[in-house]
Amino acid sequence: MDYKMELTPEQAAILNGEKGEVMAKVMKTLVMYGEAFGATKMIPVTSEKGHLVTSFGLKVMSPVYDLMDQLIEAGITSTQKFSVDPKPVDPKVPSNFAKNLVFNKFMYTKQASYDEQLRKLGLVSNDAYTCTCYMDEVGNTPKKGDILSWAESSAVVYANSVLGARCNRNSGIIELFGSIVGCVPYFGLVTDEGRKATWIVEVKTTKKPEAQILGSAIGMKVMEDVPYVKGLTDWIGTELDDTTKAYLKDFGAATASNGAVGLYHIAGLTPEAVEQGESLIAENAQVYVIDDAELERVYKSYPVMWKKADKAPQLCFIGCPHLSLQQLKEWTDNVCEGLKKSGKKKVTIPTVFTAAPAVCDEFNKTEYAAKLAATGVTLSYICPLMYMNNPLAKKGRVITNSNKLRTYTTSRYYTSDEILDIITKGAK
Amino acid sequence: MKTFKGRPVVPGTAEAIALVSHGGFNTLASFQNALQFDKEEDKTAKCGDQNNPDLYKQPMGGSALCLPQTIGSTTGGMVLYCAKVMGKCPACMLFSEHIDSLAAAGAILGAVWTDTPMPTIDCLGEEFLNTVKTGDKIKVYEDGTVEIL
Repeated sequence: MDYKMELTPEQAAILNGEKGEVMAKVMKTLVMYGEAFGATKMIPVTSEKGHLVTSFGLKVMSPVYDLMDQLIEAGITSTQKFSVDPKPVDPKVPSNFAKNLVFNKFMYTKQASYDEQLRKLGLVSNDAYTCTCYMDEVGNTPKKGDILSWAESSAVVYANSVLGARCNRNSGIIELFGSIVGCVPYFGLVTDEGRKATWIVEVKTTKKPEAQILGSAIGMKVMEDVPYVKGLTDWIGTELDDTTKAYLKDFGAATASNGAVGLYHIAGLTPEAVEQGESLIAENAQVYVIDDAELERVYKSYPVMWKKADKAPQLCFIGCPHLSLQQLKEWTDNVCEGLKKSGKKKVTIPTVFTAAPAVCDEFNKTEYAAKLAATGVTLSYICPLMYMNNPLAKKGRVITNSNKLRTYTTSRYYTSDEILDIITKGAK
Repeated sequence: MKTFKGRPVVPGTAEAIALVSHGGFNTLASFQNALQFDKEEDKTAKCGDQNNPDLYKQPMGGSALCLPQTIGSTTGGMVLYCAKVMGKCPACMLFSEHIDSLAAAGAILGAVWTDTPMPTIDCLGEEFLNTVKTGDKIKVYEDGTVEIL
């Protein structure tokens, strides 16, 4: 193929087929991908581990599994081990005969064979299924400046923004290809220039903004651009502690799913903003002012997709992206307190908290596990998005505090406080 | 007839009816229902993105999909690749802005790993998206020229 970018002799040899026809196609895909963005070269992936977005063995994704079979049959494995997004089913999560039938007989019939493909290609372990692979308990936490070949929009935006790693918003398959050849095209968010902010967001609210709505508003406004957010540290502080990181995780997921943000800077908080300050802002950056009214406007704009909007909810999901250990503890305390106030012993609707398997394991070692179990809340490693990704879900009335889940499913968004009221008091 | 010149990310020719999204095109939200639950022989691929008023419930299969960029989940490129293999993708994708990384991945995976690439043109400009209307006849050339007939 004709290409303009500079390749090392090793990279060129792969492209020319010296490691086989399939490997050449892997490299050709990455070179074409880079050339579409004016990449001048390929740079080495420096993180210890990769992360893949595709965790589900959906029958309909057969083209992907066929492609992976081609890789495996050619003897290809990833040069770095990888984690992967959460599994789509968990027997602990409330279901029914019809849903189980749809899941097991029609939708996820490829799950076992796909899990096996992942193992053959380089999956870290059998419990490495989570969208929050960067949690300490999971152990796939890149260092500042690491070059990644990851996908999963919420993980990419977190790694770029909060950890200061460098990764483009790669698609599924592309991220695997980068982990296989050990290099990625040099463009976009892996370059200094691509990390400049072209939007200034001024937060001028009178109270701490709900992370999921603030992220949604910014995502819908800036789309794939890089925002530099001012004024947020007035509400969330200047320390990247567990509370702040959890806030930024949820905020970032909303920017990435309601828009296409792959990197944000928070003035006075995120690593590059602390180091470089406003020199990160590009010339002629646009300005977006967010006040209480703007957040309210955005919240009110979300369509309610339930067939009977005035009916009570039937299921609640909290944890898209997966909850941190601290969030699990806080939600446990909040639910216990809410139930105590309302004189109830159990949550009013089936409620599922979701977290990484390793985070669930740690949580289950604490005193909080028994407290949470007593409230009737289910703790699961499931991907709520994939759970709801079926025709039967449209008939159910699911509520969530996740703007990502709202975007991709018929679930109805409420703020965390509203959700707490609903599940502990039966409000709404 | 109006003519626009863009950059061929995946060169090719196509003639199709325009389907126009003025907002970002969320690939996963748009395709997930059609790919999963429509019959294999049903190639219409009606858009399932409730947040896209331009496209919601509109058939995308075989269309000349005109859009600024794609947004949303990083499964996007993979979803587009599956739509391509299953014959449920647009006949071509025409971007007013520079193509985004997810759409580029989908288009390039289709070009490298299938025998029938989907022509993909970007950088057609804001005026293109302001001019083209859903239902217009579109002709796409190898060099990135797009005619609204």
